[in-house]
Amino acid sequence: MNFDLTEERQMLQDTLRRFLRDRYDTATRNKILESDSGISTEIWNSLAELGVIGALFTEDQGGFGGKGFDIAVVFEELGRAGVVEPFMETGVLAGGLIADLGNDDQQAHIEEIIAGTLQLAFAHGEPISRYDLTRVATTATAKGDDMVLSGRKAVVLNAEAADMLVVSARESGDVNDADGISLFLVPKDAKGLTVQGYALLAGGRAAEVTLDDVTVPTSARLGKAGKASAPIEARIAAATVAQVAETLGAMDTAAALTREYLLTRKQFGRPIGTFQALAHRMSDMLIEMEQARSAVINAAGHLESDRKTREKQVSAAKNLMGRVGRLIAEDSIQMHGGIAMTQEYELAHIAKRIVMADHRFGDTDHHLERFIALSVA
Amino acid sequence: MDLSYTDAEKAFREEVRTFLAEKLPAELSDKIKGGKELGKADVKRWHAILNDQDWLAPNWPKKFGGAEWNAVQRHIFEEEAAAHHAPRTVPFGLAMLAPVLQKFGSQEQNDYWLPRILSGEDWWCQGYSEPGAGSDLASLKTTAVKDGDHYIVNGQKTWTTLGQHANMIFCLVRTDKDVKQQEGISFLLIDMDTPGIEVRPIVLLDGGAEVNEVWFTDVKVPVENLVGEENKGWTYAKYLLTHERTNIAGVGFSQAGLTAVKRIAKSEMAGGKPLIENAHFAARVAQVEIDLMAMSTTNLRIVSKAAAGGAPGVEASMLKVKGTIIRQEINDLARRAAGVYAMPFASEAIEGSNEALPDPLAAGPVAAQYFNNRKLSIFGGSNEIQREIIAKTTLRGAQ
Repeated sequence: MNFDLTEERQMLQDTLRRFLRDRYDTATRNKILESDSGISTEIWNSLAELGVIGALFTEDQGGFGGKGFDIAVVFEELGRAGVVEPFMETGVLAGGLIADLGNDDQQAHIEEIIAGTLQLAFAHGEPISRYDLTRVATTATAKGDDMVLSGRKAVVLNAEAADMLVVSARESGDVNDADGISLFLVPKDAKGLTVQGYALLAGGRAAEVTLDDVTVPTSARLGKAGKASAPIEARIAAATVAQVAETLGAMDTAAALTREYLLTRKQFGRPIGTFQALAHRMSDMLIEMEQARSAVINAAGHLESDRKTREKQVSAAKNLMGRVGRLIAEDSIQMHGGIAMTQEYELAHIAKRIVMADHRFGDTDHHLERFIALSVA
Repeated sequence: MDLSYTDAEKAFREEVRTFLAEKLPAELSDKIKGGKELGKADVKRWHAILNDQDWLAPNWPKKFGGAEWNAVQRHIFEEEAAAHHAPRTVPFGLAMLAPVLQKFGSQEQNDYWLPRILSGEDWWCQGYSEPGAGSDLASLKTTAVKDGDHYIVNGQKTWTTLGQHANMIFCLVRTDKDVKQQEGISFLLIDMDTPGIEVRPIVLLDGGAEVNEVWFTDVKVPVENLVGEENKGWTYAKYLLTHERTNIAGVGFSQAGLTAVKRIAKSEMAGGKPLIENAHFAARVAQVEIDLMAMSTTNLRIVSKAAAGGAPGVEASMLKVKGTIIRQEINDLARRAAGVYAMPFASEAIEGSNEALPDPLAAGPVAAQYFNNRKLSIFGGSNEIQREIIAKTTLRGAQ
């Protein structure tokens, strides 16, 4: 066993950390949050140039990474700085599905994706699906050489900025059947596709996407007809690794800010870190942080394993991060007091990133139940 | 020991129900139900409706125009108000300043200020915390120097809730720097329109701007606005904090919050069934409900004892800690229940949001409320300070 990063990953981590520390401070980010688009093109382009997106794809696909640990290294740094730009949507989810399933024509997009010139979104979840990956009511019906898509997709991140959407739709079967789901590459300006956007509490934007008889050629299908369930699950596993790594980075920031505050804030004539009630909570935070780091390593390290091993590790990590994340976010705020409640203080955004991560790709409870199901299966 | 309500109490509950059914405007209860924040006009409207009924000040003695309800009556009103989605009253004048004036103020001060609180003529805010004086409130630095018929006030207050609506602020100020911290503090009433006062909003993490910084530069305050004696302000503040804490269990808030959680969990689908039927989620809800049932009785026991003459001390601190834990747990449940629809930035501060939000957001701004209510365990004496008070009392012999 070896728990050190490879030289390449270490370099990537150092580069990213330095860049974000210099270029992505609280004031800069708060301006981005308040902007209409909710993202900074400048930051996006700079990070793409540094190889952030390329690190998410394998060499075969045109990148230089693509493994669980590559994804984890990138997203831990994005999380540490509270980055809101949609690398998850374009780089891991939609881009990853194109790389996993695309034919030669579709794969041709990957070069643009890695260069940062293409924005994507993954329109999968629906109002009734909550965290179930196979609950798809949106339909895809053949009509001559075309496919006609109809349905509604819920909280689709980056949908407004996206040039194309990867949309899941059902070609056959009942609403919760694993079989019968297909993926389609749909241009954002397709007729019948409407995007109703809104800002997100933890930064960035999402939208309700309505497909009203959206017609695409059959060649827009990504992968095999009706067989998208397994590839979606595998992609969501990669995205979950990215998410838990991001949360870990954010938790590190929260703990560092809290430590600094306990050392410098004085009440009753002494630094508040000298009060045992707070000192012990700080210790508990650090203990749980180590648990979190190990859970992320477990998930990242098993992303290339067989399905059952991979999914158990992914659910274990997401469950643990949900629990530890809540503790770190809430205790960091509590130990700071009022200052942590203000938007201009770094912790406010970081705490929101940590807690709201529980609402992506399944929450603490969802993954506990899933872990049990995978364990008895 | 008898847990049943008397006939008189049952009749009182009917009276409250009838009142709420007839007098509570639907526009207000709809806002509360949808998790929207009330504007200044909304609050003034509800205060006026309660005042017409002589119910605006449930704690005040009748001689000051209060309802003088006992603990059970207040409890009944709280329960019914929560069930009907009635707004809360704004406590700064009613529940925080008034008890101090009634106990320590002059006849003139009571005659002048109390009716203005009831009529809504004055909107009070609280000037206690400072950037350097949070949990250690007695270290406050805002000064008031006597100059003839006036005090000249300089300094900065922070976390001033709804200060943007207020025309009056009651402040703790330092009037003697040469004595023990607690012995050099006075209690001053200050008109917010006085030259030299500046109010700056603080944007909170949920997007709301309910708290403010208030800056004082050579602000002239007439000496008759001193409450009680000079340098006795700390005693009055401690008395006020006790009063602040008798309501801090927030049983009514928790009951309303739990109802909202169940409503969301009935409409939100998980695994093809309503979330409320998910055993794991149902267990989480039941756990909090069990805690709340017990705390509701704890609250009644303690408040009854206080009504019988025993000042709430350590027990008030216990209620603060447990009450806020339960409320925050309910906020956490509401956030969980909403699933992916907890993610949109639906701030409770955004009244009639200009962005059309998706319909599942009828759940309301649950995540914003979750973050906003992290304040509950911080303000009014943080939960750590409360535990310190409890520990100091019970472990006195160990020190």
